[in-house]
Amino acid sequence: MYDSKYSAVSEEHKKFLMNNKRKNSAIGLSRFIILILLFFLWETAASKEWIDPFIMSQPSRIIKTIVIMSKDGSLFMHTGITVYETIIGFVSGTVIGTLVAIALWWSDFLAKVLDPYLVVLNALPKTALGPIILVWIGGTTKSIVVMALLLSIVVTIINVFTGFSNCDEDKIKLLKTFGANKRQILRKVVFPAGIPTIISTLKINVGLSLVGVIVGEFLVSKAGLGHLIIYGGQVFKMDLVMTSVLILAIVAAILYLSVLWIEKKVLKMM
Amino acid sequence: MEKVVEIIDVSMNYHTLDGETKAIQKLNLEVLNGEFVSVVGPSGCGKSTLLSLISGILRPSAGKILINGKEVQGPSASVGYMLQKDHLFEWRTIAKNITIGLEIQGKLNKETQASIEKLLKEYGLYEFRNHYPRQLSGGMRQRAALIRTLATKPDILLLDEPFSALDYQTRIAISEEVWLILKKERKTAILVTHDLAEAISMSDRIMVLSKRPAEIKSIHEISLTCSNKTPITCREAPEFRFYFPTIWKELDVHV
Ligand SMILES: Nc1ncnc2c1ncn2[C@@H]1O[C@H](COP(=O)(O)OP(=O)(O)O)[C@@H](O)[C@H]1O
Ligand SMILES: [Mg+2]
Repeated sequence: MYDSKYSAVSEEHKKFLMNNKRKNSAIGLSRFIILILLFFLWETAASKEWIDPFIMSQPSRIIKTIVIMSKDGSLFMHTGITVYETIIGFVSGTVIGTLVAIALWWSDFLAKVLDPYLVVLNALPKTALGPIILVWIGGTTKSIVVMALLLSIVVTIINVFTGFSNCDEDKIKLLKTFGANKRQILRKVVFPAGIPTIISTLKINVGLSLVGVIVGEFLVSKAGLGHLIIYGGQVFKMDLVMTSVLILAIVAAILYLSVLWIEKKVLKMM
Repeated sequence: MEKVVEIIDVSMNYHTLDGETKAIQKLNLEVLNGEFVSVVGPSGCGKSTLLSLISGILRPSAGKILINGKEVQGPSASVGYMLQKDHLFEWRTIAKNITIGLEIQGKLNKETQASIEKLLKEYGLYEFRNHYPRQLSGGMRQRAALIRTLATKPDILLLDEPFSALDYQTRIAISEEVWLILKKERKTAILVTHDLAEAISMSDRIMVLSKRPAEIKSIHEISLTCSNKTPITCREAPEFRFYFPTIWKELDVHV
């Protein structure tokens, strides 16, 4: 914010803003150049046969794959499935995790009893449970979503519960002086004060759910980017593998940025 | 004048795994209608505990507390509590912050809304009713906190170091304002403070507590000769210089 006493921005401040802008565009440009350079190097190395394009693939081959897969629509189908499963996974992980956190906040006894279980579950690599889920639920989308949910739910419970527990005691005391009951304390202060924590958990969950979905798709292997990667690897179509990984990176970035955007909107509304 | 608060042989012990803390021991006190009483004492002696007991959010280990002749069983609408910080909720507008007590007590209706509007207008917050707390200065926030307390129409106000988070000048200005509001609304007030000058300038009586467990060490009736009595003019009163060292000695401060 600039000093409101001056109706116009001073020369000095203009200069500062200009400098800042210049620095930012330099950073952006450098990032772009690195990306171009990497792809260029990769392309050249493959064409000159410094590396084996059959194993390492090649940007031009990736583009070709993207074009072919766009034409027959399979690219959008597989990407769509992965995105869909991820969103279902992390939304349900966040919602169910938050509900469990509320239960734990409500009952101190329950929280104490479940504490060691949560610690162990949190430390356990959830992907190890993949085969079990596959056997129990079967090789369907359901298994994949459950995998995504499993990855995000424990972190959600722990983080959100910690957020609720850290609610300012004096704010709770204030409501108590008005005669508030436990439900009112939850609704009027503990939950709204915990919303920023829930949203920051969402940011972690989107990444974790994506891990869960990809592992799930590896195991179920019917559709989705995870399936393309596994399938491409098995039949040695490295172009397909690299294309899928590239798309996955873009999907991950877009999902993360969307959550950031939601966070900004919600925090502004508060 | 009738007694509004009666504290009879009240003791309070806290129990934690580290042991037992005797916070208050056999304390007796009566506060009359419309009176302004201050409580001073060394830090950690049990002042906040005493207010929590009067407000009903804590139950005493022994003894009883009567408000308007009835024993305190829990929080009641007749007692309002103001804490050290304003604790306005950042996600609510000033107007919504002020109605929180009424919301909780299920008393939010046209009539109470209208009386809140009146309070907001009267105390210069009406234009800020749709602002968020972070947009207000410290003094204004504390004023909003006072209106939030007054909104549920308590007869008795408990003030737990309500000005200590403010800078010196704002503190003097706000304490003057709060005092005038409380007198105008004819409220009984119990103020906990560590600022002796503040206590002398605002109170009808000052109660000095001993070190923990708190007992009453002495009670001082304050009568200051000043025309147009308000806390700021009272600071000029000749007796001010008498009370200050007398009570200071009793506080027994060692650094
Ligand atoms: N919830 C609690 N559990 C255990 N001990 C407490 C609790 N609240 C206060 N105490 C102890 O009781 C004593 C009095 O506290 P308090 O009433 O807050 O003092 P003051 O307001 O005079 O500074 C302190 O020694 C404090 O540590
Ligand atoms: Mg205190």
